[in-house]
Amino acid sequence: MSPEMIRLLLQATGDTLSMVAVAAALGTLFGLPLGVFLATSRRGELLAAPWLNGVLGLVVNATRSTPFIILVVAIIPFTRLIAGTSIGMWAATVPLTVAATPFIARLVEAAIREVDAGLVEAARAFGAGPLTIIRKVLIPEALPGILLGLTLAVVSLLGYSAMVGAVGGGGLGDLGIRYGYQRFRPEMMLAVVVVLIVLVQAVQTIGERLAARLNRRIRRA
Amino acid sequence: MPGSQIDRGGNAVPPPPDALIRFEQVAKTYSTRDGAGVSALSGIDLSVTAGSVLGVIGRSGAGKSSLIRLINGLERPSAGRVSVGDAEVSSLDERALRRMRRGIGMIFQHFNLLSSRTAFGNIALPLEIEGRGKAAIRARVEELLALTGLEEQRDRYPAELSGGQKQRVGIARALATGPSVLLSDEATSALDPETTRSILALLRRINRELGLTIVLITHEMSVIRAVADRVAVLEAGRIVEQGDVFEVFTRPQAEMTRTLLAGEMGLTLPAALRAGIETRPIAGGRAVLRIAFRGPHANDPIVARLARETGIEANILSGTVDEIAGQPFGSLTVGLPAGPDVVGRARAFLDAHGLVSDLLGYLPAHSAEDRRVA
Repeated sequence: MSPEMIRLLLQATGDTLSMVAVAAALGTLFGLPLGVFLATSRRGELLAAPWLNGVLGLVVNATRSTPFIILVVAIIPFTRLIAGTSIGMWAATVPLTVAATPFIARLVEAAIREVDAGLVEAARAFGAGPLTIIRKVLIPEALPGILLGLTLAVVSLLGYSAMVGAVGGGGLGDLGIRYGYQRFRPEMMLAVVVVLIVLVQAVQTIGERLAARLNRRIRRA
Repeated sequence: MPGSQIDRGGNAVPPPPDALIRFEQVAKTYSTRDGAGVSALSGIDLSVTAGSVLGVIGRSGAGKSSLIRLINGLERPSAGRVSVGDAEVSSLDERALRRMRRGIGMIFQHFNLLSSRTAFGNIALPLEIEGRGKAAIRARVEELLALTGLEEQRDRYPAELSGGQKQRVGIARALATGPSVLLSDEATSALDPETTRSILALLRRINRELGLTIVLITHEMSVIRAVADRVAVLEAGRIVEQGDVFEVFTRPQAEMTRTLLAGEMGLTLPAALRAGIETRPIAGGRAVLRIAFRGPHANDPIVARLARETGIEANILSGTVDEIAGQPFGSLTVGLPAGPDVVGRARAFLDAHGLVSDLLGYLPAHSAEDRRVA
């Protein structure tokens, strides 16, 4: 590969990582509270609000069932409102965040619901209110599960980010399509795939290690 | 009748004036999908004296968990009143309830410790909830670790602790805010007998040394016997019998109590003997009588006296002498020879000596003879 191509590859890798990092961070910022609320607002739970829970669940499901490439196009007005433009890498983080938020929310919800109901009962018996229980019991206990969920979300975002080339978002997927496919440069396509494999592998390994480190449910010697 | 309790003879008695926890005509019904509702508890009248240990026993589904959760308001009664001290739990709002719960500790069958916190962190939790400062929390937790013998386990996570150690952490956590009441929800049911003994001894010590009022629920009579002063027997959501542990153990009135006591009191006969007993009198056979020795009579040479004073020679089939709530209690199963009105005369003699006897059935002559030879 020519130095020019290597430069392109590095540039694209950097773009992908930036988009994914920003989308993952914002997705967590919005998705974590949303997930906690989804888990605790069900009937008979701490913040029981079944009606609101139903509405939010519907919105989350609708967002999640929209194919990402359609979502990107469909929310262009919204993207323009937020980012000032609908083209380019930073604009692309808007649909990425919109896709990541409900996904992360569902993963957080699942992790929170895994927490033994007995722990919530114990905290209630000691006089804890709902917010204290969420802060001191549910989130710390669900943290290993939440981290594994975030790992999964980041890996999915790496995949989604390949599609933002459609709105000039750049990144690895865009590079692979434009150079590897449209300009018949199979070695570029191969390089892009290899970099993506390495990235996914790295994210997965780091996520699992962190989760294992935080998981105190397992006895360690 | 509200504000009263039914004694074992079915008469209403007023609640003792020093009762700390009171149930008055309490019922709990859970709503079901079809709207019919399932009754978990009904007509519960119960009171617990400050500083005493009440054991509530019953099979699973008898309503024990609902009953204990009514005390700290984790469950709300469908009817009736539950009060702790001056506060009527059943009428407190959520905020007042939270404040009240800080005065009531609770321990659980499955410990319910946070896996993400060490022993220290778990014990600190109720103190954090209460909003105490770091230094105060630290001092208090160290004190509790010492009380429960957990200094060595201070920085271990629950996954690294044994069942008994986990329950000790649970107890230390329940005591953290200095409650006056401790609720124990099947706290030893997941533990082996040895560990159970040490946990029960700890509960008893806490009761004596800290003057804590304890309400515990269990399905095991041995637990009641080891720590309780009073016992209430729950069956299908109703209290079928309640009283002092020694009284109830040695003179059970309700069928459920007898069933729960079987096995616990040496009341089960050896299998071979049990298989041979028939309910109808057998010509020339022996009548099998169980005699309960209570308190001062536990050491009487009653079999020898029976022979001397009535001429009835009983042979011993099985027997135990034990201690319940600190008082001696014996149970002796004997075979009585065939003869005119032997059973009636023997029981009259025993009655006259203040001993309770039960006619269990009859054994064919040969098997009783075999047994005597053996």
